[in-house]
This record gives sequence, structure tokens and C-alpha cells, in this order.
Amino acid sequence: MKQSNLPSSTSAATRTLRYLPWLVALCLPLIVDATTSGNLAYCLLWAFGAVGLAAMWGYGGILSFGQTAFFGLSGYSYGIFTLNYGDNWFDSWLGLGAGLAVSVVAAALIGYMIFFGRIKGVFIGIVTLSVTLVLETFMSQTAGPQWAIGEARLNGYNGMGGMPQLTIPWPGGPLTLENKSFYYLVLILLLVVYAVMRRLLDGTFGLTLIAIRENPQRAEMLGVDIRRHQWLVFVLGCTLGGLSGALYTIWGSYITPSTMGLTAAAMPVIWVATSGKKTIGGTIIGTALLVWLSQNLAVYGSQYALILLGAILLIVVLAAPEGLLPFVTRQLRRIAPRAGEARRHGSSSTCFKQEEGKS
Amino acid sequence: MTTLLETRGLKKHFGGAHVINGIDFKIDAGEIRCVIGPNGAGKSTFFKLITGEHRPSEGSVLFLGQDMSHVLPHQRIRMGMSIKFQIPGVFPDLSVRQHLQLSLHRAKDDRPESLDELLQRFMLEDEEHVLARNLSHGKKQWLEIAMAVSLRPKLLFLDEPVAGMSIEETHATGELIKRLSASGLTMMVVEHDMTFVKQIASRVTVLHGGALLADGPLDEILARDDVAEVYLGKKK
Repeated sequence: MKQSNLPSSTSAATRTLRYLPWLVALCLPLIVDATTSGNLAYCLLWAFGAVGLAAMWGYGGILSFGQTAFFGLSGYSYGIFTLNYGDNWFDSWLGLGAGLAVSVVAAALIGYMIFFGRIKGVFIGIVTLSVTLVLETFMSQTAGPQWAIGEARLNGYNGMGGMPQLTIPWPGGPLTLENKSFYYLVLILLLVVYAVMRRLLDGTFGLTLIAIRENPQRAEMLGVDIRRHQWLVFVLGCTLGGLSGALYTIWGSYITPSTMGLTAAAMPVIWVATSGKKTIGGTIIGTALLVWLSQNLAVYGSQYALILLGAILLIVVLAAPEGLLPFVTRQLRRIAPRAGEARRHGSSSTCFKQEEGKS
Repeated sequence: MTTLLETRGLKKHFGGAHVINGIDFKIDAGEIRCVIGPNGAGKSTFFKLITGEHRPSEGSVLFLGQDMSHVLPHQRIRMGMSIKFQIPGVFPDLSVRQHLQLSLHRAKDDRPESLDELLQRFMLEDEEHVLARNLSHGKKQWLEIAMAVSLRPKLLFLDEPVAGMSIEETHATGELIKRLSASGLTMMVVEHDMTFVKQIASRVTVLHGGALLADGPLDEILARDDVAEVYLGKKK
């Protein structure tokens, strides 16, 4: 029962599976038009929040319905900042930073109350869902002119609009990042987030989170400060939700309270559960594909997309509870020649399962 | 001899039930102390009071002379206590290697040779990449002891380390504990199995009815009538 026969030894098939999506994503704008590139950027930008939830839920065992709260907070913060100060290229980036900063602070406060207040299990889901619904309700009633911060009108249920897009200095005048250039910005950010999260979650931080998820009392007896670790991953995950929100607002130059509503709050959970909550790469691919599918179906009516997503979730939960991508990877391993050889050598496949912490 | 752990007038009651009734107890550096007693003697509660899982109703726990009343469990571990639970508290979806990586990281020792040495010392070399859920009961117990030892504690608590083990595994565990003791590690072992206690202990503490009944060298304690009566249920 040695390493050589282990599923964790990455086969050529799984290596290809790991890098191929990035290569495809890199080449896509070369074969599609600018508008489609912009739409693809939209599909990718939701993945940040999904990755954040995967870290919290898949690794730390913290099921949060609050990704949309931080999505909205960050999006509105970007809008308020840039509508007041967004005169040049630098301010639009500062706006992005402000959105993230608000997410970090809000997540730190809410997370502190949750984890240091010893709220556990399903109650974390209830608290975070309440937070996002309260925010949605509050923002929905801000229609009057009195609801303005400086130049930025909140506009109630109609949402806030007219925010500037991100720009970068360029010879001949600032270059606005839209369509293809915005797509590449999102892709680069996603690559950075993927690399950082892989490094973090495949390392001892990830192992510690898994240990806390599986046996908190034992983890504590290793000297682990459970609440601190849960709080840290919560803040990290929520900040990624905030990054999605800020990028969404930049992409469409608008944000509405419905992005924090009940349907929206359920979406990250569906994406992550379907994609595989213990895999960061799988979550990115799954989320992008599911958003793309929803967008295409929404042309015929948004209810069709929701029904289909529900059906997909049910099928995945029943047939491949670990998620779609881990399921596909497992099937590939099964048919890979190396796995066949290992079987011939009598390795007991029932004895091993993919070691966790290999996202 | 340095006293590592001391309890003074330790009491615990749950509502009207008085489970621990004023225990004064000491462990000196370098010894293996076995705590024995019949079911309901209060061994587990006493253990949990020391490890911080329960708070005393009265009295105090001192570790290296410091009052531990307000020290959280994870902070006690960082101060030099280490614990192996009665029911193996392993992480089912982590491999043996990952368990040890994690515990060694907590001990701020990420050297690969430390991991290999632990695998060898605790007879887990062949299970390095096996998920903990697939280990035999005995190997889970050894893995837990390995994790506890890897934290380089000053005092190691073992709560029924051979519960559910075969005779061979029990004997091997006893030898393991003796080797650990020979390396200078102080241990407190809560145990039922008298064969195992005789294999490892030099000094024994007997609890009965939540109080300390007897404390001293193994042979002397086992020769006492009151111990035989409460522990074996008969007069000698």
C-alpha cells in the first residue's frame, strides 16, 4: 500500500484536465467577438464568490448563504465611491479597493459575531441568509431622493447605475477595460485567486480547516484555535464574494438589491454543490458553465434556467454527491492505463480515496 | 522532582450530582501515572477537568505551577499538554501522512524526517497514505498517540489507549509507552485493563465515588483490601 498505487498520484489525464480549461479560457476571446467576450467575462466573474464559498463550506464545513450580502455591499460601495470620486483611471481602481475593503470589514464583524458567539452548523446558514435578506429589504426601500450618498443615488429596487468602468493609463488617453480586455482582467484575477487558494488550501491551513470540519474537538486538542481559523476562512470567502460583486458592478455599470435576494443567495450554494465543494478548480469551471447555461436559457425565460439548475442539482446530489468535476476526474482515473496497472498489481482501491486538500 | 501537574480540592457537580468530590493529586516529571477505578468512579470527568473540556465547580488545576482555570483547551495544548482521547478522534478523510503533517506543523516542525520517524516509531509506515477512515481500530489509536506525541508535550494524557485493541496490539502499545517514558516523557494514563496497567505503571492512583481512594506504587496499591473491594468488587 505505497504511494505508487495511489489515486493522489496525478495521472496524465488529470494533469490535462487541470491545465486545459485555462488554455481554453485564454484562447476563447481570439475566436469569439467582443460582445461574447464580455458575456464570457460575466460568466467567470461569479466564480470568485463560488470559490470563496467552496473554501468555507467544502474545507471549513461552514455553509453560508451570505455570499450575496458581500456581493451587494461591495458592488454598492464601488458605485458610491466612483460616482463621487471616479474622475480618473486611478479612482476606478480605488473604487474596486473600497468595495473589497467594505467586504473585509463587514465579513470580519459578522464573522466575529458568528464564530466568537459560538454559532454553529445550520444556524450559520440562517444568520448569513438573514443578513443578505435584510440588506436586500433595506436597499429596496431606498428609492427616494433622500437616499443618496454624495452624488450617488441608491434608487431603491431600480438599483444604482451609471458607474464608470475600470480604466488604465494608455498612450493617447486612458483605456477602458471592457469586453475582451475586461475578460482578460477577470481571467488574470481568477488565475491569481486560484493559485493563492490552491496554495493556501493544499497546505496546512487547508488541512487545519478539514480537521476542524471533521472533528473540531480533536483539532482543538492539537492546539488549533478553531474560532480564529473559521473566522479567517469566512472573511476570505466573503471577500471573494465581494470581489464578484465589484466586478459585476463594473461589468454592467449597475447593481440592484435583487442581487442580494433569496434566489441570488441560493445560487452560489447550487453552483458549488454541483461543481464539487472540495475542489477549487472544479468550482470555477462548474460555476462558469452553470452561469453560461442560465444566461442562455434566460433568453427563453428566467424560470426555465432555475428549473433546470434545480434539476441538475438533484441529479448531481443523487448520482455524484462529491460534485461533477470530482466525479469526472474519478471516472478518468478509472479508465486511465496507470490505474489499470495499479489494479493488476492488486492495489486495494477500496482502501484509498483521494486525499483531501488536493483542490 | 518537578511537579508538572497538580489539582487542589478539585470538585465538579452537574446540577445535584456530585461527580468529583475534592481531589488533591500530583504528577511529577518523568513518571507514568495510571489512574484506575471502577465504572462511575469519575475518571473521565477528572480527565476532562484537567484537559479543560469541563470547568471545575471548585478547586483548581495547576500545570507547571500555573492556574489553568481560565486557560482554553487549545491554549493548554500550546503550554505543553497533549491528549489522546478514549474514542479515536482522527479525521476520517485525511490520510495518516496528512494527520502527522498537521500535528507536526502545530509543533512548528515541518521536517520530512520527523514525519518518517513518527511513521516508523508508531508502526504506521505501511499506512502512510491510507485514509484514517480505513485504518483498523488499533492503528487509529496509534495514529492518535503519534499525533499527541508529535506536539512534543511536557505531559501526555492517554485516555484508555488500549480500548478495543487485541492482546497483541495492547502489548505492543504498552511497549511503545514504555519507550516513550524512557525518552523522558511524563504520562498520565486512564485505563481499565489491569494487565496493561501492570505492564506500564510504576505508580497508580485509584478513584472511587469521585474521590481519591489510594495513591502510590503499583504493588502497594494492588495489595490494599479497600482497593480490591471497590475495584474487584470483593474482599481479599
